[in-house]
Amino acid sequence: ITEVCGAKRVGYFGPAQFYIALKLIAAAQSGFPVRIESIKNELPLPRFMALKNDSEVRYGTPAELHGVKFQVPHATLEKNSYKRTDEGEKQEPKSPPMSPICSPPASPSTYQRIPLSYGYGKSRSGLEQQHGAPYEIRHSTHQQDGPSSGNYGAKPALGCSTLNRSLSVEREQPDSSAHYSDDPWRITEEQRDYYINQFRSLQPDLNSFISGSVAKNFFTKSKLPIPELSHIWELSDVDCDGALTLPEFCAAFHLVVARKNGYQLPETLPETLLPEYLQAASLKPMRDCTLFDSYSESLPGSQPTRDFSRTEKASAEEVPDNSAVLQDGKKEDKQALKVSTALKTIPKEFQHLTVKTAAQESNALKARPRSRSYSSTSIEDAMKKGEEPPTPPPRPQKSHSRASSLDLNKIFQQNTQAVRSGWLPPPPPALPPRPSVSQTEQVSEVELHPQMNRPPSQAEENSSAKKEVVLTQPPSKPARRKLRTETQGLETPELSPTINVTSSLPAVKPHLPVQKQSSKQKRAIQTAIRKNKEANAVLARLNSELQQQLKEVHKERIALETQLEQLRPVTVL
Amino acid sequence: VPVSIICSPPQNYPLYIRSVPTENELKFHYTVHTSLDVVDEKISAMGKALVDQRELYLGLLYPTEDYKVYGYVTNSKVKFVMVVDSSNTALRDNEIRSMFRKLHNSYTDIMCNPFYNPGDRIHSRAFDNMVNSMMMQVC
Repeated sequence: ITEVCGAKRVGYFGPAQFYIALKLIAAAQSGFPVRIESIKNELPLPRFMALKNDSEVRYGTPAELHGVKFQVPHATLEKNSYKRTDEGEKQEPKSPPMSPICSPPASPSTYQRIPLSYGYGKSRSGLEQQHGAPYEIRHSTHQQDGPSSGNYGAKPALGCSTLNRSLSVEREQPDSSAHYSDDPWRITEEQRDYYINQFRSLQPDLNSFISGSVAKNFFTKSKLPIPELSHIWELSDVDCDGALTLPEFCAAFHLVVARKNGYQLPETLPETLLPEYLQAASLKPMRDCTLFDSYSESLPGSQPTRDFSRTEKASAEEVPDNSAVLQDGKKEDKQALKVSTALKTIPKEFQHLTVKTAAQESNALKARPRSRSYSSTSIEDAMKKGEEPPTPPPRPQKSHSRASSLDLNKIFQQNTQAVRSGWLPPPPPALPPRPSVSQTEQVSEVELHPQMNRPPSQAEENSSAKKEVVLTQPPSKPARRKLRTETQGLETPELSPTINVTSSLPAVKPHLPVQKQSSKQKRAIQTAIRKNKEANAVLARLNSELQQQLKEVHKERIALETQLEQLRPVTVL
Repeated sequence: VPVSIICSPPQNYPLYIRSVPTENELKFHYTVHTSLDVVDEKISAMGKALVDQRELYLGLLYPTEDYKVYGYVTNSKVKFVMVVDSSNTALRDNEIRSMFRKLHNSYTDIMCNPFYNPGDRIHSRAFDNMVNSMMMQVC
């Protein structure tokens, strides 16, 4: 077997050799001759005796792997699988398969699946294994899994299938078993689901594209050489538009996986990978994807340290990449993975990457709305700057031909300047993040009101409330007081606010600890509120002055009309 | 004896060279390189209105040696140069134009590939296949 699988020639058991060896073992145990052709047959899984329970989980060099290791992750995974509440009823039927593990001869069918699935589990992180467990166990309930898994005699198919099985939800048994036996270029349902989820992690809209740069970063993580990736792109981007639709992406991903598993890339795209074929064949509804999402959510909780190291480095690399348009924070550390682990670890990498990218994307997405909000603030600022200043100038044109035009102009200039300055700060608070906070601030102020026993005037209440809130933040006291004096120039001078302050200080103290928690937010909001107050004051003053002018104008008009009436009878008569 | 070479400005180094009969290849490379001067001359002569198909008919370059050099420049100043045998009189102007159009299309497909850095040598198998088929047609 060693010679046949090529290990002798190569000198070691690479994953390809190892899988072939396993297959040959199964063949030999089933009575088939030990030849390469045997692996193409449908074979039950090889049976390994005298398995121990070893709780180590590691990325095995193939030489280290024994049948023992198969049991290790399986045992741990079984335990983990029971912890997963979302398994639901599927865990119950798995309980019978659990017992045979320790007694190999008991149930060969279920037992056989375990070694095969965990032969690949060993090379994965515990993360995947934890997810692999429920899947594998679930698969054990499907009797067809054994023979169909046996069809994965070809090295890449083994890797792809088990890995994808571990990641996918229940598959359609008849379709999958039929597909597996044929064609390494045929995408199985589990693979498709996995690809779809990867696609979704890059681009939430399944009907839209992944842009070239995003796809490039994503596939670069697979650590294939760039010329090969370039060729894969050429093959899969059928319409040559520089972007990947979902079927194109599935084809590209499948090619990457196949290449990673040792298959040579074809010169032309196989028929089963054509987008039309993939679109026609994509039967799986989103339910599997949703289930998979639930599993992927649990991924973050169980990342092993090794992946953390990689993803940490990835995140370090990702920091400069956050400028990309789409979710682009997924660059991975360029450490060379062992070929032995590459097979099964590739989708796992993507898994971790998706987890990490999901986390980072969520962070990025969270950051981006903020940035967008800020950018929108600038836009709104610009808009408001554009809007506000024009309105004051028309006023001078209207009514200043009349009396005291100079005064009015001066006033208006002052007001416009004040308005402009006053308007500059307010727009930012109008943005989405702030109003909620400001509302909470207002609520807190309202709460403070009854507690503080304020004077009746609402303006003073607001200002004093804010002042109290402000005063509870000691560092900003001096600045706030100065600003308060400015804003309250029109209103009663500091006397009443100070009185309110002093009287409310003892009442404020109990609120100190509560307010200190959100002091920073309150500070920002209060500056905004203060400036709003300033603007309000300015506008109120302007309003009052305009009212006065209106009265004067009315008086003039009345005077003129009376003169006219006086003159008229003279002429008539 | 078609030889097609793509050279990208401003350095005018070749991105892709393919000649069907492999003997005398160096001579063809040299021919193409010298023809770049004529192409540049034509570009500067046309000024703003460059682009689209322009031809470089041999007569100017090497009257003694009976082959024709055709040129084609894209909007991004990527030059395609094709050398064909003069004895191959079956090649008409339209065919040359269509060949250049195919080259241009394949080149844009290559540019769409995010793994391709502009300025790299072209290793695309699809491009190779297209060029090979074109050359087979001519020969």
